[in-house]
Amino acid sequence: MTDSSVLIDMQNLTKVYQMGETKVVALDGVSLSIDEGEYVAIVGTSGSGKSTLMNIVGLLDRPTDGVYQIRGQSAGELTGRQLADLRNREIGFVFQQFNLLARAPAWRQVELPLFYANVAGSAARERALETLAQVGLADRADHKPEELSGGQQQRVAIARALVNRPSLLLADEPTGALDTRTGEEVLALFEKLHEEGLTLVIITHDQEVAERARRVITMRDGVVISDSGGAGTAAAGGGSNGLSEPALASLPRPVAIVQVEEKVYEAG
Amino acid sequence: MKLVRYFPVAVSSIRANKMRASLTMLGIIIGVAAVLIILGVGRGASEDILGEVASQGTTRLTISPRTGSNGDSAGSSVETLTMGDVRTLSDPAFHPDVRQVAPQYGGSIQVVAGNENTRARVTGTTAAYADVHKLEIAEGRFLTEDEITQMSSVIVIGTTVATDLFGRTQVVGESVRISGEPFTVVGVLEESGNAGFGSNDDSGFIPIGVAHGRVFNVPRYRGEYVVTSISADAVSEERVDAAEQQIEQTLRLRHGLGADDDSDFSISTQASLLDTIGSVTSTLTLLLSSIAAISLLVGGIGIMNIMLVSVTERTKEIGLRKALGAHTSDVLLQFLVESLVLTLLGGLIGIAISYGAAALVSRIPGFPIDVLIGIDALVMALGVSAGCGLVFGLYPAMRATRLDPIVALRYE
Ligand SMILES: Nc1ncnc2c1ncn2[C@@H]1O[C@H](COP(=O)(O)OP(=O)(O)O)[C@@H](O)[C@H]1O
Ligand SMILES: [Mg+2]
Repeated sequence: MTDSSVLIDMQNLTKVYQMGETKVVALDGVSLSIDEGEYVAIVGTSGSGKSTLMNIVGLLDRPTDGVYQIRGQSAGELTGRQLADLRNREIGFVFQQFNLLARAPAWRQVELPLFYANVAGSAARERALETLAQVGLADRADHKPEELSGGQQQRVAIARALVNRPSLLLADEPTGALDTRTGEEVLALFEKLHEEGLTLVIITHDQEVAERARRVITMRDGVVISDSGGAGTAAAGGGSNGLSEPALASLPRPVAIVQVEEKVYEAG
Repeated sequence: MKLVRYFPVAVSSIRANKMRASLTMLGIIIGVAAVLIILGVGRGASEDILGEVASQGTTRLTISPRTGSNGDSAGSSVETLTMGDVRTLSDPAFHPDVRQVAPQYGGSIQVVAGNENTRARVTGTTAAYADVHKLEIAEGRFLTEDEITQMSSVIVIGTTVATDLFGRTQVVGESVRISGEPFTVVGVLEESGNAGFGSNDDSGFIPIGVAHGRVFNVPRYRGEYVVTSISADAVSEERVDAAEQQIEQTLRLRHGLGADDDSDFSISTQASLLDTIGSVTSTLTLLLSSIAAISLLVGGIGIMNIMLVSVTERTKEIGLRKALGAHTSDVLLQFLVESLVLTLLGGLIGIAISYGAAALVSRIPGFPIDVLIGIDALVMALGVSAGCGLVFGLYPAMRATRLDPIVALRYE
């Protein structure tokens, strides 16, 4: 897997959470490869390990076992500084819970990654405002999280993920909290950036969102049960979007019920 | 290290959580202000006493009869300090370092003027007393040499005596009676403004011969009137010890004491008094310092509480910052600067409050002491408070930076 177009490569990743006496196996041997410029949707029931996988891909967490490489570098061998710089410059991460700073105005939230990229002053502020405008929040730059709706908060988080122009965007349920129209706008923005070369990995419950992706990976109980294509895996026929029948079948529906289920997990 | 870079981050973080910031600062403000005021009071009190002692002259020696130190009981011992001793000590040939000598014989006695009367400490002495004791005269003058030798019936009184008898202090030329004998007031002393130590406000001074012969019933020793004490003035501060030795030698000789005999008198100097006061005030300072340390501790615990309460929130914040690309050093420096800003601000407010309190106290008329805030106390209070702020401010940061970002983000 030394092909230069391979962006991320996972070999037999496992993640085990130790909860007192019991062990929760969140990932049970996941091997995947994603090329530069791909547009991937990850689907699966709640608790199937999607977020866990995404956190490892985003260098926010470490696998219990297995090898994870990004651009041919093994994440386990990188220093804290190198990991931080990769998170800052290469990866944009949209969290399932928005994870905004309490009591800071929207433009400050968006500016944060720039600070750690050594962009400061009015240049940083301007770019933050520009990115906020891209997600349709130009008029909300001075609003604090508590003054914004859930959908607006999510868009602030998206602007923050995009502000440093990453080459890889990881989004955990980015449209979950958005109404259909703004969800559509955000996806359109993602896809525009994708056209310009951004690699997109989106976790979703929404069938329509999944159908727009070039490749759909389905998870269940910590393993990948189907993969419609991608590096090393031939696209298993299917339609123009490369979505195979089993993948479609595994998509939860109706969507609304799964959303509620997800909320219950988050609260617990 | 570009510490300034973190300043805006720290400031906006402080502004974003004003409640937490002001509670943290409150701990520092209380700690710093309490310590500075407590130590300032202690310092003010000791300076006040030392100043009072110093103002009475540091060259003075006081010779007192020693009573009860030879195993005899105080009451039964014979007093052996006499006018003969005073005359001998007045000879500069044997006492080159003694400038002046003033005997005293006195006691508490009724002083009468018209229908008014009051008890005063009336002391018989000589003209030299005013100089040796650095007395200041408000009205008239002190006793003169002539009045001493002629045993004139004249008196110099303190302000309390004057106002008790006449209701005013301009009483030169008025007449008072002591033991049925009339005295003309020739002078009134300056009010000492200090009700306690070294005050002469309730005193009266008359010629020593008059005290011995007409006012008090004074015993004699070997044909000479005894005195209650003798004050002597050394020629300079450096010669106080030499003067003490000369006086001791003369008195031991005159009292016929052998080499093994204990002296039947004692000599104390202002310097030895200053030493005694110094050790008393340093004990006092130690006591006050421990109270100050406790209040610093209380302030510190306050800071710690706030910091610990905010740990969860801060841990999440650190997780987020790391997820967005912060290096460990970025996080630590941000927290360091934030703590510094808070502690310095709190410290400055604390200092301002303590100086305000000191200024307020100095305005209170008749308040006996000033609150003196020393640089050392200032540095200590600021240092300890800032230390608390730093330690407890950095604590969540240190802990959270060791976690993977996602673990810190999920921290409850
Ligand atoms: N921090 C954690 N501690 C313990 N168990 C966890 C933790 N995070 C996730 N899990 C468990 O791991 C499994 C996968 O979770 P997750 O990756 O969040 O699934 P998904 O995002 O697909 O809903 C679930 O069973 C969940 O309970
Ligand atoms: Mg999830």
